[in-house]
Parts: sequence; C-alpha cells; structure tokens
Amino acid sequence: MNLDYIIEVEDMTVAYEAKPVLWDVDLNIPKSILMAVVGPNGAGKSTLIKAMLDLIKPVSGNVLFNGASYKSQRKHIGYVPQSESVDWDFPTNVLDVVLMGRYGEIGWIKRPKEEDKKKAREALEKVNMIEFADRQISQLSGGQQQRVFLARALVQDADIYFMDEPFKGVDAKTEKAIISILKELKERGKTIIVVHHDLQTVEEYFDWVVLLNTQIIASGPVSEVFTDENLRKTYRSTGQILKR
Amino acid sequence: MSPQMEIQIIAVIVAVACSLPGVFLVLRKMSMMSDAITHTILLGIVIGFFMVNSLTSPFLIVGAALMGVITVFLTEMLNNTKLVSEDSAIGIVFPLLFSIAIVIISKYASSVHLDTDSVLLGELAFAPFNRMKVFGIDIGAKAIYSMGGILIINLLFVIIFFKELKIATFDPALATVLGFSPALIHYSLMTIVSITAVGAFESVGSILVIAFMIGSPVTAYLITDNLKSMIILSGLIGGLNGILGYQLASFLDVSIAGSMAVMTGVVFLLVFIFSPSRGLLTIVSRRKRQKIEFAGKSLMFHIYNHEGKEEEALESGIYTIKEHLQWNEKFLKLIIKELKDKEKIYIKDDIIKLTESGREYAIKSYEEIVSGF
Amino acid sequence: MLDMILTDYTLQIVSLGSALLGIISGVLGSFAVIRKESLLGDAVSHSALPGIALAFLMTQSKRTEILLLGALISGLLSTFIILSIVKYSRIKFDSALALILSVFFGGGIVLLTYIQKIPNANQAGLENFIFGQASTLLKRDIQIMGILGVVLITLIVIFWKEFKIVSFDSDFAESLGFSTKKITTLLFIMIVTAIIIGLQTVGVILMSAMLTAPAVAARQWTDKLSVMVVLSALFGAVSGVIGTILSSLVSKLPTGPMIVIVISIIVIFSLCFAPNRGLIWKYFRNRKKERTINEDQVLVNLYRLAMNHEDLNHSHNISIIKPDKSMTVKSAKELTKKLESLGSRGLAKKDYFNKWAITEKGLEYVENYFKKEEL
Repeated sequence: MNLDYIIEVEDMTVAYEAKPVLWDVDLNIPKSILMAVVGPNGAGKSTLIKAMLDLIKPVSGNVLFNGASYKSQRKHIGYVPQSESVDWDFPTNVLDVVLMGRYGEIGWIKRPKEEDKKKAREALEKVNMIEFADRQISQLSGGQQQRVFLARALVQDADIYFMDEPFKGVDAKTEKAIISILKELKERGKTIIVVHHDLQTVEEYFDWVVLLNTQIIASGPVSEVFTDENLRKTYRSTGQILKR
Repeated sequence: MSPQMEIQIIAVIVAVACSLPGVFLVLRKMSMMSDAITHTILLGIVIGFFMVNSLTSPFLIVGAALMGVITVFLTEMLNNTKLVSEDSAIGIVFPLLFSIAIVIISKYASSVHLDTDSVLLGELAFAPFNRMKVFGIDIGAKAIYSMGGILIINLLFVIIFFKELKIATFDPALATVLGFSPALIHYSLMTIVSITAVGAFESVGSILVIAFMIGSPVTAYLITDNLKSMIILSGLIGGLNGILGYQLASFLDVSIAGSMAVMTGVVFLLVFIFSPSRGLLTIVSRRKRQKIEFAGKSLMFHIYNHEGKEEEALESGIYTIKEHLQWNEKFLKLIIKELKDKEKIYIKDDIIKLTESGREYAIKSYEEIVSGF
Repeated sequence: MLDMILTDYTLQIVSLGSALLGIISGVLGSFAVIRKESLLGDAVSHSALPGIALAFLMTQSKRTEILLLGALISGLLSTFIILSIVKYSRIKFDSALALILSVFFGGGIVLLTYIQKIPNANQAGLENFIFGQASTLLKRDIQIMGILGVVLITLIVIFWKEFKIVSFDSDFAESLGFSTKKITTLLFIMIVTAIIIGLQTVGVILMSAMLTAPAVAARQWTDKLSVMVVLSALFGAVSGVIGTILSSLVSKLPTGPMIVIVISIIVIFSLCFAPNRGLIWKYFRNRKKERTINEDQVLVNLYRLAMNHEDLNHSHNISIIKPDKSMTVKSAKELTKKLESLGSRGLAKKDYFNKWAITEKGLEYVENYFKKEEL
C-alpha cells in the first residue's frame, strides 16, 4: 500500500464473454489531480470507471481507495454517469434529481431533510441552474442535463469524482463552466477522473492523463505523458484520428 | 379421409402459414404486434358481421385484415406523439379494441353466432364438421381450403418479395435508398399477418396463433443463421408442432390448440437447451472454456507485465499472485496446471515464469485484442 | 342509479373490489410504465392461467388465495424463463415475451379442458379468469384484495426513494450503495402481485391494460412521480367503479371490458387535453411558436435594412422587406399580416405610404434576440 496514491488499481482485467476490454491494468492515481482518461472507442474507458466503482465485476484485480476497499470508502466517491444512460422523460424535476446525490448519505428508507434540499439548491446555484430547480427534466438541453448531473455529484460532497464523458452533447459555454468547477474542486484537494474524448482540449483542461487502450499505454502529468509518440501507440491500428 | 387426418392436415397448414410471416415479425423485433393483431381482428370480424350479416362472407376477412392494419397504425401513431413509449402504446391500443369487440359480442350474443371462448381458444376438433362442397360433392373440410388458400398467399408473398422483405428487415435505410419503401413493405407484411390470423383463429383461436407465428420462427432462429433456411425450418418445425400437439391432445383428451402451443414450447425448450450451435449447454460449456482460456492468457500477460521488475517476486509469486488477481485458490491452481501442461509457464524459486513460447503467446494475444477494434 | 349503488349489496361489493383493483394497479402500474415494463405485465397475466388451473388440480379448492398463489408462482416462473431466454440466447425480449405468453396460455387451456373432463369436479368458474367475472367477487375476496393492497402501498411508501432512484438511474443508485438487484426484484414481485390481484375481476387478457392505461393517463397531467402515482390510482379507481356500474346498469355488458373501455377513454382524453403535454395544447403552442419565429425573421430583416440605412427610422417598401428565399413567408399578403402583427406588438410601424420601419422597441427586441442566440 502506498499512501501517496489515493486510488490504486491492481491487475484489473475485465472481459465481456471472454473478450477482454481491460487487460491487467495497473494504475496509480495521486491525490488532488484533474485527470483525463483518453483512448480510442472501445478502449475500455467507461469500463475502467465502472469497474473501479464496483458496477462491473472484473475477472481479476483489485481497486483500493485510500488503501481500503470501495465499499468502505463509498461515501467519499462521487459519480457522474453518461447522460444518455437515463430516460430524460422520467417524471421528476431538476431539484429532485440533484437530491438523489444525497440518497447515499441519507441511507435506506429515510427521507431527505430540509438540510439536504438546502445542499441541493447550493449545488444548483454552483452550476448556474438554480432558476431551473422546478423544471421538468425533459425540458433541459444537453448542456443543462450535464450541469444537473454535475450538481448531483457535487451534493455527494465526495473526495473523488468519476465522470463519464461530461462534455458529450454540451455547448461551449457549459463546457467552460463545467471545467472551471472541476478546476476549483481540484484546488480544494479533490481528485477528479474524467473520461474524455476531445484530444484538442486535454492540455488546456487537465493536469494528469491516462492513455488507455485495453492496457494502460501511459499515465502521468500531461506535460510528460501526452506526447505524439504515446498517442500514436494508443490509437494505432484503429484508424481513429490523432490529435492536431 | 378420416376426421383425425383432416384435423392434422389443418393443424399443419395453420402452423406453416403462420410461421411464414412470423419469421419476419421475429427478425423485425415486432413479435408483440402479433399479440395485438390477433386480439383486435376480433373487432374487425364483429363489425364486418354487422355490415353483411353473415359469418361466412369473405368480407369478414377484409374487415379483420383492415382492423389489423389499423391496430398497427394506431400503435405507431400513439408512439409518434412521444407521449407514450412503444410498449405502453401496444398495451393501450389492443385491449381497447378487443374490449369493444367483447362488449359488442356479449351484448348481441344471441344474434351473433360467435362466442368469445371459441374466438379466443378455437376448437380444431370441430373443423371437420364444416365441409367444402363443390356441385354437391364433398371434397373435404372447408378449413383445409380456406387455410390452404392463405398458405398459398403467404408462400407467394414471401417468395415474390423475398429480396424486398430481406432488405427492409436488415437495412431499412438502404431499402429506402434503393427505392423500396420500407413503410409499404411493413404494411403489406402487417396485412398478411392480419389475414393469416383471421384465417387461423377459427381453428386455433387468436391467442394460440401467436404461438405459431412466433414459436416456430424463434426455434428456427436458434438453429440457423440463414434467412432462407430459417423460413424453411420454421415451416417444418411448425408442422411438427402441429402433429405432436394433436397426438398429445388426443392422448390426454384435451384442447388441440392448447396442446399445439404446449408442444411449441416443449420443442423450443429442447432446441434452446440442446441446439448444437446455440443451445444452452453449448453456450455454457463454451463460456466456461473461454473463461479458462482467457484466464490463462490473463495470467501469462500479468507475468509478462511484471517480469524482470522489482515487484516480480510479489506480483508473480506462486503464493502471492492470487492476492493480486483476486482469484480463488482452486481456480488459480486449475489455470496454472493447464498452462504448465502446455509448457507456457514454469516455476522457479516460487515465482511463475514464462517460457519462450509463453512470452510469444502473451504478446501475440495482446496484439490481437488491441488491433481487433 | 345512486340508490341502486346504495342499496344493492352485490354491486357495492363488486364496485369496491373494482375500485381497490384500480388503485393497486394504478400505483404499481406507474412503476411498470416508467420502467417500460408494460408488455411484461401482459405476459405475466396470460402466464398466470396454468398456475390457477394447477393450483385447483392439486388442491381441489377454489379458495381465491390458493388460486392466486398458483397464479403468482406461474407468473413469476414465466418471467424467469423470459429473462433466461434473453440472457442465454440471441432471441430478443419481445419474441421471448410473445412465445412464453402463448405457450403458457396454451398450457392453461390444456389444463382447463383437462379439469372439465374430471367427473364430479367442482370446476365451474375457473374459466372466468380468462375474461374476469367481477360479479363472482365475494366479501372475502375484497378482504384479501384490501390486505394485499395495504401491504403493497405501504411498501411503496417505505421504499419510495429507493424505487425512484433505481427506476431513474440504476448505475448511480448502485454506486451509492443501494443494491439495484434487490430493489428491482422486490418491485417486480410487487408488480406481479398487483397483476394477480386483478385477474378475478378483469381476467388474464385485459389485466395488462389496467396496469398500463391509468399510469399513461396520469403521466400526461404531471411531471412529478408522486402526483403521477396518486392520479394513476385515482383514474384506476374511477374507471373500475364506472365500468362496474355501467355493466350492471345495462344487461349483458361484461365488467372487465367495460372497465378497460372507460380507462381507455380517460387515456385518450388525457393525451388530447392535458395541459403542457396534451396534443391539442402542443398543436397551438407549435402554431404560436411558428408564427413568432416567422415574425422574428421579418423583424430581423427590418433590422438589417435599418442598419444599412443612415436613418434608422427610414421606412421600407414591402417588396424590399421580402425575406430571403429560405423564409417560409411567400406572398405579400402574408407578409403584410406578419407586419401588422409586429405593429400591434409595437415592434414595427407603418407610415402613410404603407411602408414599414422598425421601432425602438423592435431594435431592442432584435438585439436581445441575438444576445440570447450567443448564449
């Protein structure tokens, strides 16, 4: 166990029907970084996050948060799934969705209290969506949906955040707003792990990067790791276009 | 011809006629539409009856077929409002139309010689009583001719429009580009489904029509990958189900149509479990074999990743490796034994090492996987 | 009619039963609908038939609770088979549903015809489960329905938060530490129980409508799950009672289909007239939107003309204002209408020669419009 790292992934292998998506992945993530997970389609980016969050059972391997299991550290971990993973015509409003971020803290059966609602409102204010609090979620644009999901993660008040493509389908303004919130979280000592698609913005947004293609190709500070050579290794033989 | 023989002939004809359009329902993921249509054609028959006041008029078939198409249309319309999801749309349209039909029948039961039980359940045993006579000469049960006619229509439809049906099923976008309107093909298919259901419901009842439309194609789908063989197999399986069902029914002295549905289920179950290419047994053993094979590759790759590094003793140590992989003892032993037998690994100073061929194999499989995308 | 309800004991019992059924299926149906499981309800209800017949064959008893227990077991078994087929083969969900639904129903028919052949068996009435026979409801049945209803609704209240989050975003729920599998299993067993409760009244064929229709109607009136569940229960109860009364007022009208017709009318009304989501509401809103968009385009043109001219107040002839070819406003007459409308909104003004210019307010409007676009 190494206390320099807040997350340690050891020998993680995940397979769907004997087809490996992640293969013997070792990954150490230091505290207080804003990290991008980058790789071609099908490289296992979302799978890596889901396996770390115990949503998918790996064939082998282990994840430690602060040297302990996910279960014991759950309350320190926040999650933003891909926004298309839910039905946006679900009969509920914005405030209610954000409140769901408090459910883990509240626990089984008990109801959200006034204090939880207050926290949810604060989070909505943070993402500039407070005037939409009572809005039905089907009336939101792609960018607004992502802001709501971000607010839901914020009320989890976690130390580590996992985000699955938070910039997908959002407008430029929302993208800037989200990244500035993420940067602020990082300043406050949080660790943020983001599945990211746009190679152009990696250097501008993130300070740490993982290049993934079934295996970890490279991981470390953007300035050291985000090189043409590493990118070529990551994207080789996929025909997917490289940066620049 | 004996009535028993006639009943079996009718059963086979019904089963084959139903399975032809059924193949396309299954492939187009519209199986539940058969559930809706088989219920709502009843309303078409009832309305048709009140217009022509006869239960034998071909007009009834027209009315029923029309109602089938209307059902599809209403469901799609409801779905297109985006207020209702597709499954709910089906779940609303057909109970309403069916309820209206039941209410009309119950209300005017004395004047309509239709009772809901026979519509729903049918009674194949009575089919031979209804004779077909030409110039006063009895040429067999009427149902043989009516269902036979429908069977021929379905056969012609599938043969003539095979290409169109195929392309509209697998690639609607391409079909549009090529000038075959998928909508037209879709509605023609729905018309065929409705006509078949009307013809079949008299003998087997509306709900069991579903068993023949979906049951045999689904069974065939587990055996073959080829559309043509799937159609032929569906017909054969349907015929088999019909005969087996009749035998079961006469053995137990119970509903023939019900027994045919039960046999459809039984035959499906057998194929589902024992089919050589896609059966449950094959799949389970294949998955198990793949799991072991894959675990072997993973283990070798793990060793390769750490070989020569300072942590090797821990990561690949024979006593410590299971902590790293999170495998249980038994599984690990099995995999290690397997790989040792194949001379991919050996153990030195309690550390698992790759042989030359093992290393090559590990690198090769990684390359395969990564370039596979 | 009213005194009939007040005096007729059987009708009271039956109405109460239908109302209870409507409430229960309305509440649980809301969850089935938002989870897109309505058709599974159809399969479960058809598949209950052999369970009812087998329960009778094994116990020779027609006690409601025994028959319904049989129905529950075969309903759950059918679901298990459907899910296994999808999991272990390439057969899609809809085909598995249709197959199992018809095979189980066929099995039910076989068993029913078998039971009829047993001499002296007290079998009459089992076939009522096909279409339902509300008039056979007894006081005991109502008590059973009542107890089950209270249990189901209490569970919904207790696990409200869990059911909601799992239905909306199960991955997120799992990451918070809620066991998605346990919660969905509980919810599903509850939905199946609700279906079984209704079989005696509306029958195996129409029960799925009782699950789907009230929830779909309720969804149109509200965007809140809690309100939807309450409304759905209300619609279910109302249609249950009205359907029952109608069928007893007019001779030979079957109860189950009448209830389904009433709830379907409520659905159609809701789809058309519910505020916000309703089709008619939407139609007028779209028309209004279309009109504003067209007017906005005309105004933007006026704005451009004004900007290209030294004098902002300079008026322009209609032929110059004519929007470019991408615009939908074609004839001069229509354009005049749009301009008149803009004029009445104070955004444009007309001079003596029927020429048009943009007003101060119009300039402001267009500038705000562009600002909004940039956001």
